[in-house]
Amino acid sequence: MTTRIQGQARRESLLLNMGPSHPAMHGTIRIMLELEGERVRNAEVEIGFLHRGFEKTCENKTWFNLLPYTDRLNYVSPLLNNLGYALAVEKLLGVEAPPRARLIRVLMGELSRIADHLTCVAAMAMECGAFTVFLYSIKAREFVWEVVEAATGARMTTSFIRIGGIRADLEDGWREATARAVAETRKVLRDVRGLLDRNPIFLKRTRDIAVMSAERALAYGWTGPCLRSTGVAYDVRRAHPYLGYEDFDFEIPTGKRGDNFDRYQVRMREVEQSLRIIEQAAARLAASPPAIAAEGIDPAEAIAASRGRRERRPIRLSPNLAGSERERYAEILASGPWAVPPKEEVYTSIEGLIRHFQFFMRGHGLRPPRGEAYGAVEGGNGELGFYVVSDGTDTPARVHVRAPCFHIVAALEEMITGLYLADIIPTFGSMNMIGGELDR
Amino acid sequence: MSGTLKPFNAVLGWARKFSLFHYPFVTACCGMEYMSAACAHFDLDRFGAGWTRFSPRQADLLIVVGTVNEKLAPVLRTVYGQMVDPKWVIAFGACAVSGGIYDNYAVVQGIDTLIPVDVYIPGCPPRPETVLDGLIRLQEKIQKQDQDWRWRKRRS
Amino acid sequence: MEKKTLLTGLRDALADGVLGAAESPDLPVLTIRPEALVLLVRTVRRDPFRLDVLLDLTCLDDPSAAGRFTVVYHFASFLTPARLRVKVPLDGDEPAVDSLTSFWPNAAWLEREVYDLFGVRFRGHPDLRRLLLHEGFEGHPLRKDYPLRRRQPRPPDEVGP
Repeated sequence: MTTRIQGQARRESLLLNMGPSHPAMHGTIRIMLELEGERVRNAEVEIGFLHRGFEKTCENKTWFNLLPYTDRLNYVSPLLNNLGYALAVEKLLGVEAPPRARLIRVLMGELSRIADHLTCVAAMAMECGAFTVFLYSIKAREFVWEVVEAATGARMTTSFIRIGGIRADLEDGWREATARAVAETRKVLRDVRGLLDRNPIFLKRTRDIAVMSAERALAYGWTGPCLRSTGVAYDVRRAHPYLGYEDFDFEIPTGKRGDNFDRYQVRMREVEQSLRIIEQAAARLAASPPAIAAEGIDPAEAIAASRGRRERRPIRLSPNLAGSERERYAEILASGPWAVPPKEEVYTSIEGLIRHFQFFMRGHGLRPPRGEAYGAVEGGNGELGFYVVSDGTDTPARVHVRAPCFHIVAALEEMITGLYLADIIPTFGSMNMIGGELDR
Repeated sequence: MSGTLKPFNAVLGWARKFSLFHYPFVTACCGMEYMSAACAHFDLDRFGAGWTRFSPRQADLLIVVGTVNEKLAPVLRTVYGQMVDPKWVIAFGACAVSGGIYDNYAVVQGIDTLIPVDVYIPGCPPRPETVLDGLIRLQEKIQKQDQDWRWRKRRS
Repeated sequence: MEKKTLLTGLRDALADGVLGAAESPDLPVLTIRPEALVLLVRTVRRDPFRLDVLLDLTCLDDPSAAGRFTVVYHFASFLTPARLRVKVPLDGDEPAVDSLTSFWPNAAWLEREVYDLFGVRFRGHPDLRRLLLHEGFEGHPLRKDYPLRRRQPRPPDEVGP
């Protein structure tokens, strides 16, 4: 396969291929280099090694059923993808989630953002040789994922944030788990700063390397921490607020030089700001969801009793993920035909079962009117936008993801030309390319 | 296998299963759970498989983590071809096992259509405990298998 | 800048290049002829609009519509909340439109992706080839007449350079 760089390379240069299976290429990108000694004369980036046909798949699934696919876009911060898609479809429907659901969305979104930034810093540092930073950050991420798992049922790909609200309320004990996650993350931030911020080796590898000016970054359509490191204080949470972010007290950290070190610094400071937002959201969430009536027999008891004689007694189901939802529904899901029917109705009445079937298999209920909408959230990498087009049926006519790291990686060829071969590693690590988002 | 070779086979199996150098062919979301499995909380290292070797020439276990699409398929076959015997393959995650939730023009429906697989770890993504379970099953398989060593003539 | 003033200002500047304008609750939407695209971009980048960021570039495929392909541009400004969506309907036979690579460097990859998945050509693009799919892939998968599960021959095993 001939590439552009093969055609352009001079005879005395060395052609080197990095990737697509390479530890620092985050699995799925190929950088072809024309080297003169250790200096990069020319670079060509080839992507598409994780193209999974997301947009085409979306046209063949109902609006609700494609939620798990959105998780797998930016898979280090899956809840933010859910959120972006849900907000875009809610724009089409003209729906807003209830207040408690909005707060929980903020909480979960910021936890996801922390996981994203921790993973990015961890990978960037590990590829520069600081393996301890990687181990510490992944440790903190485990505590964050514990909170996510207790609330959503899955550590990573959750499909928790649904159209109209969220899947379920928070579990009992979420306050302690969140406080633990926040404390551990603060500890890890302190440790990582101590290891990296004034480390001469890390500074030599990242300071003034791959400098990007604000004008050039804007020309490329950069957003997120990479843009903010060049000095432009653009954050979707401030510019186009959603979920009530205008009522939260947080700063937008910016850098000055737009080099690798600034991109790392901005991410670290953003984690601190996200922790502040989490604490504020946790304080605003009522202490516990309204307690449901504790009457009814235990499920195991009911199963044992049903072996003998059929008895009709109410069964006490778990309040959150598995069962008695109807009382909680007003708080977590905006009511309307787009809402998934509650499990009590599904499991205990034939109409509920039919409605459930029609909802999931035929998309009844969730049929946005003809039109289009663009909904953007501040993802881990920047402005994550979903451009959804509806033709009035139960499957979307088009779902397009405005992937933030697509624009950032589009600048990679320009950024690494003229650098040393070893400089590519922290440069690429600081960009936080996520293949699922880049290639979709 | 004759009586004298059996204990030697067992010793070789024991040595091989506890000194696996893996090549994480990481592509997608499962990579995050691979990171968790390899790091301090769940720790792959206590099973002897902690050392990552990012060159196929130096690795004996190829862990295919995440989705392999049609564009990446030749790369996977090349990497597998570059590995030296004895080598094993773990298909990590639903996408590697069968294509996962992606059944479309772009995704390979299971890496066993490309290379032979020893252990399949399902999950989307699998929990780290599942990964460790899969690794232990691979170790049992390595222990029991007929180890080949160079001076023995290979019978087809 | 208010949506109304944005749309009226652009209508005046483009005159009969504009096919339609709408103030949807979401974003102001302008539908223009393909020939008017470059003029629109020049106008929109200058004062008083200053929409100097190419936020997104994608395409829609509607086989039942007169102009089958519609290239959709999103322009934004990061200093003001102003945003604009521009839709350019194209014919289905040989869909082509002017490239914006001379204005924005990220248009290079965005247009390559649209060419890859839809088959729309961009005149003046320095390097129009596939981006996400492998080179031997035939067809453009995001077109509505391309089946989801069609299998094609895999690229050969040699990987270069």
